[in-house]
Amino acid sequence: MKIEKIKTQILIIGGGTAGCYAALTIAENSDAKTLICEKAHIKRSGCLAAGVNALNAYIVEGRTPQDYVEYVKKDADGIVREDLLLTMSERLNKVTERLEQLGLVILKDEKGKYVTRGNRNLKINGENIKPILAQAVENLPNVSILNRVNIIDYAVENNRINGAFGIGIENNTFYIIEADAVIIATGGAAGLYKPNNPGFSRHKMWYPPFNTGAGYAMGIRAGAEMTTFEMRFIALRCKDTIAPTGTLAQGVGAKQINSLGDVYETKYGITTSERVYGTVNENLEGRGPCYLKTEGITHEQDESLIKAYLNMAPSQTLKWIESGKNPSQQNVEIEGTEPYIVGGHTASGYWVDTNRATTIKGLFAAGDVAGGCPQKYVTGALAEGEIAALSAVDFIKNHKAQSIDKEKIDKQKSEIKKFIGENNSNFTIEQLEEAMQTVMDSYAGGIKTNYRFNEKQLDIADYKIKQIYQLTDRLHADDFQELMYIYELRERLTVCQSVIAHLKARHETRWHSFAENLDYPEKDNKNWKKYVNSRLENGEIKIILRELVKGGTQFEHNN
Amino acid sequence: MSITIDKSKCIGCGKCRTVCPGSLIKKDENGKAFIKYPKDCWGCTSCVKECPVHAVRFYLGADIGGMGSLVHTESMGDILRWVIEKSDGEISKIDINRKESNKY
Repeated sequence: MKIEKIKTQILIIGGGTAGCYAALTIAENSDAKTLICEKAHIKRSGCLAAGVNALNAYIVEGRTPQDYVEYVKKDADGIVREDLLLTMSERLNKVTERLEQLGLVILKDEKGKYVTRGNRNLKINGENIKPILAQAVENLPNVSILNRVNIIDYAVENNRINGAFGIGIENNTFYIIEADAVIIATGGAAGLYKPNNPGFSRHKMWYPPFNTGAGYAMGIRAGAEMTTFEMRFIALRCKDTIAPTGTLAQGVGAKQINSLGDVYETKYGITTSERVYGTVNENLEGRGPCYLKTEGITHEQDESLIKAYLNMAPSQTLKWIESGKNPSQQNVEIEGTEPYIVGGHTASGYWVDTNRATTIKGLFAAGDVAGGCPQKYVTGALAEGEIAALSAVDFIKNHKAQSIDKEKIDKQKSEIKKFIGENNSNFTIEQLEEAMQTVMDSYAGGIKTNYRFNEKQLDIADYKIKQIYQLTDRLHADDFQELMYIYELRERLTVCQSVIAHLKARHETRWHSFAENLDYPEKDNKNWKKYVNSRLENGEIKIILRELVKGGTQFEHNN
Repeated sequence: MSITIDKSKCIGCGKCRTVCPGSLIKKDENGKAFIKYPKDCWGCTSCVKECPVHAVRFYLGADIGGMGSLVHTESMGDILRWVIEKSDGEISKIDINRKESNKY
């Protein structure tokens, strides 16, 4: 094992959508020395690897940022931070224009105005959106990038972050990185629950399987306050390929129908969670499978869909071609995915202020790790990257990191040595990951129980997840990539414990499927228009209930 | 879904290894690429688009309805051509102009 010590002013953990944009913003507003640590390679890492079909968060002419806030608030049934949503929404159009300057193709009319799809969406060619962003970052003078370096923990002293520890998965190196400020942008968490297809295609999932909740887990361990983990995200997707359905629903107006051919979406409602819930219920009541009705669309629509999917989810196009039938000739079967924790779609993540400062001094959060601000999509993640970057630039003017003490470094080193040392394990990393997913599936509202759970089940889940965590202590890694897998498994197990605690804490069912508590099947506006937050204290998850931050006011940390 | 790499075509340039968001592609003793963790592929096709010699092709697993077709891309200026070879030998080609936005 090699050891490398690095000093930087700003460390960005995760070179995805939010992280890359944070780097761009820093370089445009300061000459701060900046380092991005990315566990893959920024060219295609994160959520945008395959591309994206549309920009789903844009303020179209005649609409205001406040309208976007209202839309999100309604979709999340009130449990959002309006202050965060508004500060994000105000930046959506500016970051969109920046993306276009960088080279993203956005459809315009003959007058040069963006062509909009509905009230919030723009049509683009997003296949190469990530390489475009990455290239802009690679050209920045004061920004260096460490690809294939996975950050495994923060270095925090007295609630102040001084940097982080990482492992180089291809160069067997242990990194000690000191930084005056840190931006966490590692994305959300996939792979907590057993996926739709747990066999060969286990990673054919909605969210990047490589997003393991690292940012959440490191925050939880460091005692950061976290919010709304109980608001899980479940996507309604094309069966098997787990390709997006929005393109069919909004693009060609395909309705959700059951096997009898009846349109059922109007019966349950059209918020994200209601669309999933309706599909689950139709199946439970014997009217499955469910479809998006594409039969009868035109030949031109067929061609456009086939191309649109190649630009974001090529497996769906392949499925159409392999079956020998276009969408006009067969309806597209749909299903719910396994639950994810993802702050870009729901409100899970760090409890932050409008500067995206977390409760740990010097640590700022952007994108899917930042809570309270759902429906970010790509542009919202960019907007948050920008806000977090400006905050970090401001912060380092008056704050310098303390050096990381030797005891902390030695503790990390000895843990790594233990994992790569002698192999005493009965279990493999893969076995424990499957065990975790089975527990979450069975006892914490996975696909198996139609996303439903009760308190007794959650208690069992909590007990078993803690047991599995203990087993990770004896895992063995043959190389540093496997070492990363051990840390990733632990991250997921840490996030699972918080998810379970949050699901247990909210004594109501506000969002069908996302958090369907059978002990409390009704919505309770009198008692539960509140945030469920948590913080790890002396090894125990402490639940903190907070009153909603009212529209027009801003939340500020008081520490 | 996953990918397959034709070693007889691979020139060992390393581009597919670089872009894989899961770091799943490694090089063998001859410097040629192979997928070390086929079950961990997300299906993003980043590697497919990088390969200059069309050695990397993707396919759907049988568990999600795959019928054995293999897909690669060919880059020609602004055109990204997707080539789908079905197991019965039929070939479909779909051209996408990178400068044109999606209709939906």
